[in-house]
Amino acid sequence: MSKPPTQPPEINTVVAAVLAERAHLPGALLPVLHGVQDALGYIPPETVPEIARALNLSRAEVHGVITYYHHFREKPAGRNVLQVCRAESCRATGAESLLAQARARLGCDGAQHLSADGGHSVEPVYCLGLCASSPAVVLNGQLHARMTPQRLNALLDKTSSA
Amino acid sequence: MNAIKVFVSGDSAAVAVGADEVVAAIVAHCAARGLAVELVRNSSRGMFWLEPLVEVATAVGRIGYGPVAADDVPAMVDSGLLQGDGHPRCVGLVEELPYLKRQQRLTFSRMGITEPLSLSDYESHGGWTGLGAALTMQSDSIWQQVLDSGLRGRGGAAFPAGIKWRTVAQAQSEQKYVVCNADEGDSGTYADRMVLEGDPYLLIEGMTIAALAAGATQGFVYIRSEYPLAFKVFGEAIRIARKAGFIGPDILGSGKPFELEARLGAGSYVCGEETAMLESLEGKRGIVRAKPPLPALAGLFGKPTVINNVLTFAAVPLILQRGADFYKNHGVGRSTGTLAFQLAGNIKQGGLVELAFGVTLRELVFDFGGGTASGRPVKAIQVGGPLGSYLPESQWDVPLDYEAYATIGAVLGHGGIVAHDETADLAGLARYAMEFCALESCGKCTPCRIGSTRGVEVIDRIVMNRDRLPQVALLRDLCDTMVNGSLCAMGSMTPLPVLSALNHFPEDFGLLPEA
Repeated sequence: MSKPPTQPPEINTVVAAVLAERAHLPGALLPVLHGVQDALGYIPPETVPEIARALNLSRAEVHGVITYYHHFREKPAGRNVLQVCRAESCRATGAESLLAQARARLGCDGAQHLSADGGHSVEPVYCLGLCASSPAVVLNGQLHARMTPQRLNALLDKTSSA
Repeated sequence: MNAIKVFVSGDSAAVAVGADEVVAAIVAHCAARGLAVELVRNSSRGMFWLEPLVEVATAVGRIGYGPVAADDVPAMVDSGLLQGDGHPRCVGLVEELPYLKRQQRLTFSRMGITEPLSLSDYESHGGWTGLGAALTMQSDSIWQQVLDSGLRGRGGAAFPAGIKWRTVAQAQSEQKYVVCNADEGDSGTYADRMVLEGDPYLLIEGMTIAALAAGATQGFVYIRSEYPLAFKVFGEAIRIARKAGFIGPDILGSGKPFELEARLGAGSYVCGEETAMLESLEGKRGIVRAKPPLPALAGLFGKPTVINNVLTFAAVPLILQRGADFYKNHGVGRSTGTLAFQLAGNIKQGGLVELAFGVTLRELVFDFGGGTASGRPVKAIQVGGPLGSYLPESQWDVPLDYEAYATIGAVLGHGGIVAHDETADLAGLARYAMEFCALESCGKCTPCRIGSTRGVEVIDRIVMNRDRLPQVALLRDLCDTMVNGSLCAMGSMTPLPVLSALNHFPEDFGLLPEA
């Protein structure tokens, strides 16, 4: 089997550190993938062989897990990540129009999550547990509930100018 | 002068509406005026329409102000916030508010009162007494207590917890596990999140009691990745509880070990199904397993495993503390104890209402919830999450208990109640139920994997009036296949919201009410 392509050192270092910390856990794959994504923002496909080797799994198994779960990314997200809840409670309070508003404003075409300028990812999310204060969004990890079109615009004004 | 105690919740739902900014404003404004305050970040009362709720300790009790915005703070302090004096935002003594006073808070008795990670708060409010009682008992008397209490699983399936615990206890194995399903993915629910963030030791205590009953030495809590704060707080609670000896190699000097670990999900709804969750915990794709074997006999890593929801474990310490009869005396028939109803969606006063079974939807949505947030009439109420039925007004007086709901083809699920006003399009919501099933299906069984996609298409054709009546017949046939042919609740219960929408709101599908 050929050797995997050489990776930039920082990715190698991150993967080695995460594996050293978590590879011994029972059922370690999800904790390992979380560790890599937390550090790098995504799980580069070139890390799959090393993760598979360390956990005694096939590359197909690791790839299968990464692509099965919505949370894991194979590519970097935009500089800013906006997640809009689409589940029933938020739909009852205007979530769909908030999502459409954000996509239109940032220029997300078709099924694309990435905005035209690459500055924002706009993604659906299914329940943030803020259902008593719907609708809810997450912008760069910060929760915002009782969202309105005006407040969403104000939030995006800040990230768009940053 | 002593510092005045001011309480502001650190719950995600309080933070999401500006609690951190309110805290910063209080601290800055009081410092500028030389006023001494001690700011406590407690859990949330669950009255989310009042968040950010600021409570001030006074001689007569905690006086509340809410909802408070950071901009309100200077004027509030000037008009006597710290003395508990009046202000337009003042709601008076918090515990006298009818919303709280009319509840029967058993599981959520500490909610909004204690500091989540304070061991001394937990102990001084009755914490660890259930575990203390369990440590004096034989394992079979522990599960017998839980069995006698009539406690049924709060995750949705409502299986008697005591029977599950007994099965694991009687299984022969050198290794057994206790797993908490904290993958609370149902829209309209947040009670698990409140426990994880707001009263984490309660869950640790309940799981430790389960471990003693079943003879397990290792536990896992599977928390969804959409709840990062819950994961962080709960992980910290495990560390503190272990250091203090409540869990670890020697539970409170009893010689019995119990180790606990929190694991993070990764955004898969179907991992709330217990066998898919086990697969995920084992580091695999969250694919549903065929049953049997029951997880109680061959669960995590093939070993006997107690699996319960957060609220099931959280109900246990009280049962051990006060006895099975105390718990059983709440509720109706075979639905014993209390349920944490969670008011959500288009609702004026959304929040957590813990009551004995038997209350009606009308009481919850109107007496507690105050109707819709939009002020428009309520059209439909979905009970039990994305796999629960949409109920029309004619069914709002049915008592909320497992059996009564089964007779009308509905489920209580995890207690989520989502109100929709008259602008709601039930055909659109039925389509969304199928779309969500297609998105979240694990793909193992055909009725769920393919049926959900076909369901979206059929509903689209009904709405567009292409062969409408034959397509309605096809949709019913498809739902029948999904109900009877799916491996788990994802596929077999998606027809509940779809068919209830079709049956009760046919006009939204372009059908005459008689059709």
